[in-house]
Amino acid sequence: MKIKTRAELEAARKSYQESLASQKKQILICGGTGCVAGGSLNIYNRLQQLMEERNIPCSVKLEEEPHETVGLKKSGCHGFCEMGPLLRIEPMGWLYIHVKVEDCEEILEKSILQDQVIERLVYRDAEGVPYERQEDIPFYKQQTRVALEHCGHINAESIKEYIATGGYTALAKALFDMEPQEIVDEISDSCLRGRGGGGFPTGRKWAQVRAQEEPVKYVVCNGDEGDPGAFMDRSMMEGDPHRVIEGMMIAAIATGSHEGYIYVRAEYPLAVARLSEAIRQAEKYGILGENILGSGFDFRLHISQGAGAFVCGEGSALTASIEGNRGMPRVKPPRTAEKGLFGKPTVLNNVETYCNVPSILVRGASWYKTIGPENNHGTKAFALTGNVNNTGLIEVPMGTTLREVIFNIGGGVKGGEFKAVQIGGPSGGCLCQTAEEDHLDMHLDFDSLKKVGAMIGSGGLVVMNDKSCMVEVARFFMNFTQNESCGKCIPCREGTKRMLEILNKIVEGKGSMEDLELLEELADTISQTSLCGLGKSAPNPVLSTLKYFRDEYIAHVVDKKCPAGQCKALLSYQIDPELCRGCSKCARQCPVNAISGEIKKPFVIDNEKCIKCGACMEGCKFGAVKLG
Amino acid sequence: MQKEEQSKLEAILAEHNYDPSSVIAIMQAIQGEYRYLPEEMLSYVAKRLKVSEAKIYGVATFYENFSLEAKGKYVIKVCDGTACHVRKSVPILEEFRTLLNVSEGNPTTPDMLFTVETVSCLGACGLAPVCTVNDHVHPSMTPEKVRELIAELKEEAAHEN
Repeated sequence: MKIKTRAELEAARKSYQESLASQKKQILICGGTGCVAGGSLNIYNRLQQLMEERNIPCSVKLEEEPHETVGLKKSGCHGFCEMGPLLRIEPMGWLYIHVKVEDCEEILEKSILQDQVIERLVYRDAEGVPYERQEDIPFYKQQTRVALEHCGHINAESIKEYIATGGYTALAKALFDMEPQEIVDEISDSCLRGRGGGGFPTGRKWAQVRAQEEPVKYVVCNGDEGDPGAFMDRSMMEGDPHRVIEGMMIAAIATGSHEGYIYVRAEYPLAVARLSEAIRQAEKYGILGENILGSGFDFRLHISQGAGAFVCGEGSALTASIEGNRGMPRVKPPRTAEKGLFGKPTVLNNVETYCNVPSILVRGASWYKTIGPENNHGTKAFALTGNVNNTGLIEVPMGTTLREVIFNIGGGVKGGEFKAVQIGGPSGGCLCQTAEEDHLDMHLDFDSLKKVGAMIGSGGLVVMNDKSCMVEVARFFMNFTQNESCGKCIPCREGTKRMLEILNKIVEGKGSMEDLELLEELADTISQTSLCGLGKSAPNPVLSTLKYFRDEYIAHVVDKKCPAGQCKALLSYQIDPELCRGCSKCARQCPVNAISGEIKKPFVIDNEKCIKCGACMEGCKFGAVKLG
Repeated sequence: MQKEEQSKLEAILAEHNYDPSSVIAIMQAIQGEYRYLPEEMLSYVAKRLKVSEAKIYGVATFYENFSLEAKGKYVIKVCDGTACHVRKSVPILEEFRTLLNVSEGNPTTPDMLFTVETVSCLGACGLAPVCTVNDHVHPSMTPEKVRELIAELKEEAAHEN
């Protein structure tokens, strides 16, 4: 059914809201990549089957006519990935964690038919306090959700639910109540800055594209979220695809564009599927296509899939890839706003940036500015990963401190003490807590992070405990950027290679003090002379670890020791004679016969022969084999 | 190239309107079908899109996901994103390689059953460390689970034959 006018959109919204309200209860099963991998679709299927068997009226889609049923839906990512698969029951707001197929019967019997919460499935904190309602859990309580507003709360595959919850209101406002220039002004007033890493003012970018006289312009969404450990954009594309579309359409109206592309990396097949379905639905309902809602405005949207190249996250490389070329960046200027996709003026924003746009238009720039500190307004989504108790997707006001994020929301550090957090992935730096520096009370926003040589990046936060070796972490990132260097400019192609060689030497215990100086010199040259952002920021992880953890580098090159006990070449395996029972298991498992001893007496490892494979340690039941 | 293959290829090309800017999508479709990009097919695509073979080859070799060599029945990808790395993905990768006697330079077993590769972040960081087998995600891997998985896959393959 095609929605032809604004009045019809509002009438449709009212009818969908009634249908939604008529669902007595709703079961929302997380259909994000994480929970799907954990088996959430089996739970969905099982619940559907059980309801059929028991004749419980169940709707997997929003009916045109309201009638009382139980809604069963696949939602976007709830964010609490560590606890998955997750299941939420509305209207009570109960959240069940680690749900299994076997739990389905009890969930139907108790929670759906008898309104009882199942205690054993609710979240408990470290002290064992149970939390029935999702919103009361500390992980959620301290978040502010704007871009992720609908994620986990609506059926991610339904345009009707999106419309019922206020979707495409901002589009109608942009089409009928505002002049394009007013839209640009509103976005400029809100101080929205690009969420992809650079933090460039979105309004200014749109104004630049709007000012171009070229008749053909493009709107492009950067969904090439390549930073390892970041999955905010993926969750938004999977969980609320219509919001991405709506944000892009508003950018198109503001800048006078009629065609758009969403570039999604190939590693996100579910995001591609959900976006394709959303575009198909929007076309069917007349939200995309010609004469949208009778306004005379036309807009077409395509999906372009990446093929595994981190550099395609860079603007000019991304547009080259959409054009079917090698994804290599080019010299700027001209900027993408002047000559972007197919040589035409192009608005290129990140997924999260577009997701903020509908809320700003509906609620106003003045509302948006009540969130976050001056010049850094709004919220930021982070993917909280690594050695942290509550891995997941979060959204907090800009300016929230690192301590609040890691300890209050993240539930603290896993497996050890807090050491550092890598922010902004391979282009970013680390924030840490050492004798000299303490960044835990640092505010997470564009300007505060810049001051300490880090950046918000796309929003990956990888927490590391005291068992992480910072030299090895720096080597890991350098290995990543070196692999992903496109090879076009020499400083990045050759420089990252030399830096990686030096770092490899250091973790193998063959480094010297001069190497540290050489690293700094190379880093300086690479960041000043590389062509694109990938190269310019590639040395950041090395520079920031050298700054805050120089002692660790010195321990590697001078004392030939890895203080965190991670770098294999600098370690030796030993058997603790106090703990060894003399069972001989380790000696039998050793592939090079480096362990010897008498039964029932402590065994010994010959470090000359040892190849450090760790088989002895893995096999010892008494924990007697130790690394030193 | 067989007639049957040629018509398959034509169907893929027609679906993308013989548009040279869709070359990446076309190659993805070919790889979806054959699990790699056979050289003769690339030459055919170049001819039909009226672009040079060099250009097609350039694109095919630029992107990590394209392979010019045949892959095994089971393509195992071990995630080496940051989150998986700090939760110890390296021992998982090493276990696969030792068990199957493959390496970075030689990732496929001679019986064409397994290919072992690394992949940059899959975004399933909550389940780290993860690996995928033909795009099916296996969460919270351990070296022990690697051994079980390989045994299972070998049995499955033996069953099918």
